[in-house]
Amino acid sequence: MRILSLAGRRLAASIPTLFLILIGVFLLLQFAPGDTVDALMAQMGGGDAATARDLRKFYGLDLSLPAQLANYLWRLVQLDLGFSSIYGKPVATVILERLPPTILLMTASLSFAFFFGLVFGVIASRAVNKWPDTLISTLGLIFYATPSFWFGLMAIVVFSIYLQWLPAGGFEDIGQVQSGFWRVLDIARHLILPTLTLGLIFLAIYLRIMRASMLEVLNLDYVRTARAKGLDETRVVMGHVLRNALLPMVTLIGLQAGTMLGGSVVVESVFSLPGLGRLAYESVIQRDLNTLLGIVFVSALLVITVNFVVDLLYARLDPRISAEG
Amino acid sequence: MDLTRLEINRRTALLTSAAIAANVINPMRAFAQEAPKKGGVFNVHYGAEQRQLNPSIQASTGVYIISGKIQESLVDLDADGKPVGVLAESWESSADGKTITFKLRKGVTWHDGKPFTSADVEFTAMNMWKKILNYGSTLQLFLTAVDTPDPQTAVFRYERPMPLNLLLRALPDLGYISAKHLYESGDIRQNPTNLAPVGTGPFKFVKYERGQYIIADRNPDYWRSNAPYLDRIVWKVITDRSAAAAQLEAGELQYCPFSSLTISDMARLGKDKRFIATTKGNEGNARTNTIEFNFRRKELSDIRVRRAIAHAINVPFFIENFLGDFAKLGTGPIPSTSTDFYPGTDTPQYPYDKAKAAALLDEAGFKAGAGGARFSLKLLPAPWGEDISLWSTFIQQSLKDVGITVEIVRNDGGGFLKQVYDEHAFDLATGWHQYRNDPAVSTTVWYRSGQPKGAPWTNQWGWEDKQVDTTIDNALTELDAAKRKALYAEFVKEVNTELPVWMPIEQIFVTVISAKARNHSNTPRWGSSSWHDLWLSA
Repeated sequence: MRILSLAGRRLAASIPTLFLILIGVFLLLQFAPGDTVDALMAQMGGGDAATARDLRKFYGLDLSLPAQLANYLWRLVQLDLGFSSIYGKPVATVILERLPPTILLMTASLSFAFFFGLVFGVIASRAVNKWPDTLISTLGLIFYATPSFWFGLMAIVVFSIYLQWLPAGGFEDIGQVQSGFWRVLDIARHLILPTLTLGLIFLAIYLRIMRASMLEVLNLDYVRTARAKGLDETRVVMGHVLRNALLPMVTLIGLQAGTMLGGSVVVESVFSLPGLGRLAYESVIQRDLNTLLGIVFVSALLVITVNFVVDLLYARLDPRISAEG
Repeated sequence: MDLTRLEINRRTALLTSAAIAANVINPMRAFAQEAPKKGGVFNVHYGAEQRQLNPSIQASTGVYIISGKIQESLVDLDADGKPVGVLAESWESSADGKTITFKLRKGVTWHDGKPFTSADVEFTAMNMWKKILNYGSTLQLFLTAVDTPDPQTAVFRYERPMPLNLLLRALPDLGYISAKHLYESGDIRQNPTNLAPVGTGPFKFVKYERGQYIIADRNPDYWRSNAPYLDRIVWKVITDRSAAAAQLEAGELQYCPFSSLTISDMARLGKDKRFIATTKGNEGNARTNTIEFNFRRKELSDIRVRRAIAHAINVPFFIENFLGDFAKLGTGPIPSTSTDFYPGTDTPQYPYDKAKAAALLDEAGFKAGAGGARFSLKLLPAPWGEDISLWSTFIQQSLKDVGITVEIVRNDGGGFLKQVYDEHAFDLATGWHQYRNDPAVSTTVWYRSGQPKGAPWTNQWGWEDKQVDTTIDNALTELDAAKRKALYAEFVKEVNTELPVWMPIEQIFVTVISAKARNHSNTPRWGSSSWHDLWLSA
């Protein structure tokens, strides 16, 4: 249980970081010209000065900057994320509504990228510099170099417009109300294209890392020993090489959980999914400080959680880590 | 200085209007033999979610596109752009223009079953239009009371004369009624009804899933007999323009309103038999592209420099190559779609003439220095649309040719409004001026002095002209329609001479709609209207 206390300590250390990030974002947004009332005016297409004054008071923007920040932090300590000015309801509620699509999309594409990255990485390393390796590496490069919005739009053109196999966007079918299993199936159908779009780029990274790390481990002495004692190639790879080659992949997951949250703004917009990325973008444009800070807070929590799980996984994969601490 | 642009540009102007006319013909294809069919779901692209949906407290197309089907206004515009009664059946003005009486429709009920009466009109006018509604608060500034002698009569009392034709042209947008019984207690802005609108319209609000969709179903108790035809309207929130075009092609949307697609997609889909792309039905939402001058810069306070800038830009070339059929040459703040007020082209115009621009700059004392540079300006483009971004780059390149270096500073919506209309941190700004059927609603504020600092889309140029102020004030209270028109023609002449803001391009929003839709685009503000007669052919 050494690993737990280690991870626990890391969790505790991340709390001050979290506060620093929140204060930083708060101040950064102050540098952006205009506040949420200006943004609202832009959206409404006009309004007079008296209306603007009323609205500033309504949103609590008539207070001084330090007072606003102090108010915010004090509320945060009480675990109150405040009130969203775009949505007119508590930020916690808004985020909770948006969290499921984001987490679904993130988990699905991470798993997709991880699984296929692993498989293709192993295949490529087993056939180094032969045609499967060349094919996989080239495809990987192409996926990596293609912008995700283009991938998404092309996927829509092919699978939704021409073939009409999959829906072009949205989280679920609005036409008919479904429940239980059929609803799950419907949501899954809607998530296929976004998952592929978001996952392909990460797939490319995973397969490169997997290939490199397999090649490295394959040259180690204990692998030669395993072969020398007469194990067949499959057992050498599955039982000895894979487990050790997985460590860098697991590290990468922890690092990329954050990137995935950010990267999904594009994918969420192209596929009209109601996720956190789009919410964050909207709250910047609308200068909805509370919502934005709430999202930063929740995203940071997500990243911390994922890294916590990664720490635990390390220990499982490599017993030396928990032994040495 | 009186220049007519007509000689040089007649050909282009004619070509453009011919192209617009051709666009208009499409939806007019006669389907008279087809019998209207009941039923069907109409899916609408909703690009930018609003914070609330009540049109009595927020005047914007983003609200009308939804709640215009759920709530109704006192009047709307008919196919010819003339006011026609909706919740009001008739109206009359007293001789002094200070009392305007509306007779209201009988037998109309709110979606929750309560009767609609003059008390609702009184409550909405005094508490929403006058106090909260953008543009409404200015329009109703001198409204002192609304009397309700009986449930079917509402008498509007004004401190100063209110021209009936101004009120009737403003009310289609600024005359939506909300239910008194749902709003009378508590803060109107925070009322939950704002996100679950209740009205008297042909469609009843069902559900709003933020970030995803809004649904409204047919109102079986609607006061117009045999209406509406559609069973359901679904507005789908799609923020990406290209994704919206893809969904339209995949059949998941039937209507993309108010130029919500990219210019190239609108042109492409217009050629596709399955869709119609047209400016028809949006004449009531005309807008002009602007160049706004900051007079705090000494160069720009010189009228010769402002005129030189106008002369230096080849507007017909820009329209032809970048905007295509959906725009035409503008002639000032009142667009040609406004048949009641359009003053014609007989006002000062500034055709493309580079030599003249250079001569004017020389004359103003800004001689070309080393490398031909005269001075540099900061241009702030508004982020409202693709056309503004293209236009700002075109301005930059055109002005470079006459020795003015332009630095483009891009902002998002809030930032743009703050920097231009509050902090005045710009030299040139460019965006849209929205014309709302009568110049007094949202046009003259661009020129009238004394606008409070920070009020967006108003005269923040540091420019004041007593003559223009007088013309604007006189037109505002002039009761005689012909005299009002003459005063506004005078106003356009004056502001085109002084040029505090230049409005050289006229645009109407583009509708892209499924070819199966019938009875669409049949009024000047169709996208905002109630769609009670819209139906879908098989």
